[in-house]
Amino acid sequence: MRVVHVDAEVLAHKRSGGHHLVTLVAPGVAELHRPGTFAELTLGGPHSDRLTRHAFWILRANPSGTYGGTVELLVSERGPGTRWLVRAGPGTTVPLTGPLGRPVARPKEPVPGPGVALEVGGAATLPLAARLKERGCVVHVLLGARTEARLHGALDLRRAARTVQVVTGDGSVGRRGELAEVLGGVLDQQAPDVVYAAGPVPLLRTAAAEAEARGAWSQLAYAGPMPCGTGHCQGCLVPVVGEDGIARHARACVDGPVFRGDRVRWDEVGR
Amino acid sequence: MSALALRGPLVAASGCLRVTRTLEDLVDLSTLGAWVTPTVGLAAATGPSGRRLWETGAGLVHPTCLEGPGISGLLAGDVPWMVARKVPVIVSVTAATLGDYAELVRHAGAAPGVVGVELRVAPPGARDLGLVPVSEGFHVGRIVAAVRDGLPPGCSLVVKLPALPDRVVDLARAALDAGADALTLVDAAPAYVIDPATGRPPFGDVAASRLSLSGPALLPLALRCVHEVRVALPDAPVLAGGGVRSGADVAAFLAAGASAVQLGTVLLHDPVAPQRIHAELAPTERTAPSVPTERESP
Ligand SMILES: Cc1cc2nc3c(=O)[nH]c(=O)nc-3n(C[C@H](O)[C@H](O)[C@H](O)COP(=O)(O)OP(=O)(O)OC[C@H]3O[C@@H](n4cnc5c(N)ncnc54)[C@H](O)[C@@H]3O)c2cc1C
Ligand SMILES: Cc1cc2nc3c(=O)[nH]c(=O)nc-3n(C[C@H](O)[C@H](O)[C@H](O)COP(=O)(O)O)c2cc1C
Ligand code: FES
Repeated sequence: MRVVHVDAEVLAHKRSGGHHLVTLVAPGVAELHRPGTFAELTLGGPHSDRLTRHAFWILRANPSGTYGGTVELLVSERGPGTRWLVRAGPGTTVPLTGPLGRPVARPKEPVPGPGVALEVGGAATLPLAARLKERGCVVHVLLGARTEARLHGALDLRRAARTVQVVTGDGSVGRRGELAEVLGGVLDQQAPDVVYAAGPVPLLRTAAAEAEARGAWSQLAYAGPMPCGTGHCQGCLVPVVGEDGIARHARACVDGPVFRGDRVRWDEVGR
Repeated sequence: MSALALRGPLVAASGCLRVTRTLEDLVDLSTLGAWVTPTVGLAAATGPSGRRLWETGAGLVHPTCLEGPGISGLLAGDVPWMVARKVPVIVSVTAATLGDYAELVRHAGAAPGVVGVELRVAPPGARDLGLVPVSEGFHVGRIVAAVRDGLPPGCSLVVKLPALPDRVVDLARAALDAGADALTLVDAAPAYVIDPATGRPPFGDVAASRLSLSGPALLPLALRCVHEVRVALPDAPVLAGGGVRSGADVAAFLAAGASAVQLGTVLLHDPVAPQRIHAELAPTERTAPSVPTERESP
C-alpha cells in the first residue's frame, strides 16, 4: 500500500493567525506520509453536489495518536470548500485520500552544501525542513505572506533551519516586499545546492530561473487546481520537458506535485 | 460472434480511469466488468495547456481532448497492464478518415485480452477536431462497415453515441444494421459555460463546439436516450452511462433496458467508487451480464 482512501473524521480545529489548523483522524495515512505528499479531500458534506476534490499539504502526521493515526492540515479559507472545512465540527466525516504524489527528492547522504527553502504560507516547508535537518543538511528558510496573520510556522521552523527570514507584503513582520525580490540576494549569500519552493506559479518560475542561473538544483511544488488528485481527470496538467527532451504534459497529482524546476516549461503553465 | 465478454455489470467509462502506480491501492479491479480505455487515434497527440475542467451544478464541463499515446502506445502500455490483472479491455478509438478507423480497429482487435472496440463516432466538437463528421445515420453506418471485417471473432464492436434524444434512435439503428454488436449510450453532452470573471468560456482558445457536460446533471438525459432506443429497438444490446453515482442509479439504467452500466465522472470524485457501487447492487444485479450481440439475438 502506498495510498489509502478513508472516511476521515475531524478531531480538532485551531485558529492560527489567518489560517486554521485542522486535525483529522485518518488511519493509515499518517504512516505513509513523506514530505511533499498531499491529501485529497472531498469537501462540502454528503449532500454537496460538488464533483471536484481539494488538495492540502500534510503539515504534520502522527501515526500513533490516541484516536488512531492523525494528520494536521493548515487551511486558508478561499472558497466554498475551504469555508465548509474550517467550520466542520468535530466528528464530521471527510472522505480523504492520501498520501498522494511523489515525495520531494532529497539527498540520501548528508550533503555539505546548504539548501534554501522558500514558501508563501508555510504548510509545505515545515515538514520538509525538519526532514532535511534529520538528514544532516543545513537549511535556510525564506517565508513570505501578505501579512503577519497569514504567516505560519516561523517559530517551529527556527528549530529546523539555520536561518529563517520573513518577508511580508505589508511589512507587518520581517522585511517588507515580495519573496521573489529577496530570493536572488539570499541565493548569492548562501550558495545552496538545492532550492525548494512552494507557492504561486510566478514565484516558482522565479525560483527555477534564479536557481538555474547559479547552477543549483530546484525542487518546486506546484499547487494549482487538482480536481481528482488520483491521476484520472487530466485537470492538473503541467507542461514539462521529459528526460528524453520531448515536450509533453505531466499530471501534477501523480508525476508531481514537486517538479525539478528545469523540467517545467514555465511560460506555458496555466495558460 | 460471441456475446460481449464482460465480467460484471460495471464498466469504467472511457477517459475516466487511467493507469497509475496507486490505482490498485484504491480500486478493487475485480469489481470492474471491463475497462474502456481513454480514446486514442492512430498517432500520439498532445492537447492544450491550461484549464481542462470547469465545475457546474452537479456536472463537469470539459473540452473533448484527443491527447494520448496513440494506438501503439496504448497497446504497449496500459492495455497489457490491465490484461495482466485480468480486466477485460475495450479499446476506444476515433479517427479522421475511414481508412484510419479500419487500421485502428485492426490493431486493437488483434491485441491479447481486448474483448471489444468502442468507436467514439461523435464526440462534441468532432468537426473542429478534424474527425469523420457524423450527423446522419448513414455516416455511422459507413464507419461501422469500414471496420467490421477487421475484427477477429470474440472481439465485439461497440458504438458510442451522442446524448441527442432526437437523433439517437436513427444513429443506433444505422450502427446495428451495419454490423455493430452493441451500443454505448451516451457520450458527454454538448455544453457551453461562461466564466463570470471574464464573461467568456474558461478554456482559452479551445473551440466552443468541443465543450461537453458529464456527471449527475447528465443522468436524466442519458436515461431518456436509453429509453428511446429501448422502445424503438427492443433487442439492441446497450451499455448505458451518464451521471451514475450509486447502485440506485445503476438499477435505474438496468430497469430502462441496459445490459451493463458505465461509470465515468464518479471515478474522479470517489476513487473507490467501483467497489462501493458494486456493494450497493442487489445480488441479482451483480452477476456478469450477458450482453448478447445483435447478431446472435433472435
Ligand atoms: C498540492 C496542493 C497542496 C495544497 N495545499 C494546501 C494547504 O496546505 N492549505 C491550503 O489552504 N490550501 C492548499 N492548497 C489549495 C487548496 O486545494 C485550494 O485552496 C482549495 O481547493 C480551494 O477550494 P475552495 O472550494 O475553498 O475554493 P474554490 O471555490 O475552489 O476556489 C476559490 C478561488 O480560488 C481559486 N483556486 C481554487 N483552487 C486553487 C488552487 N489550488 N490554487 C490556486 N487557486 C485556486 C479558484 O479559481 C477561485 O478563484 C493546495 C493545493 C494543491 C494542489
Ligand atoms: C475528464 C473526462 C474525460 C473523458 N474522456 C473521454 C474519452 O477519452 N473518450 C470517450 O469516449 N469519452 C470520454 N469521456 C466521457 C465519458 O466516458 C462518459 O461518456 C461521460 O462523461 C458521461 O458519463 P459520466 O456522467 O458518468 O461521466 C470523458 C469524460 C470526462 C469527465
Ligand atoms: S488532479 Fe485529476 S489527473 Fe491530476
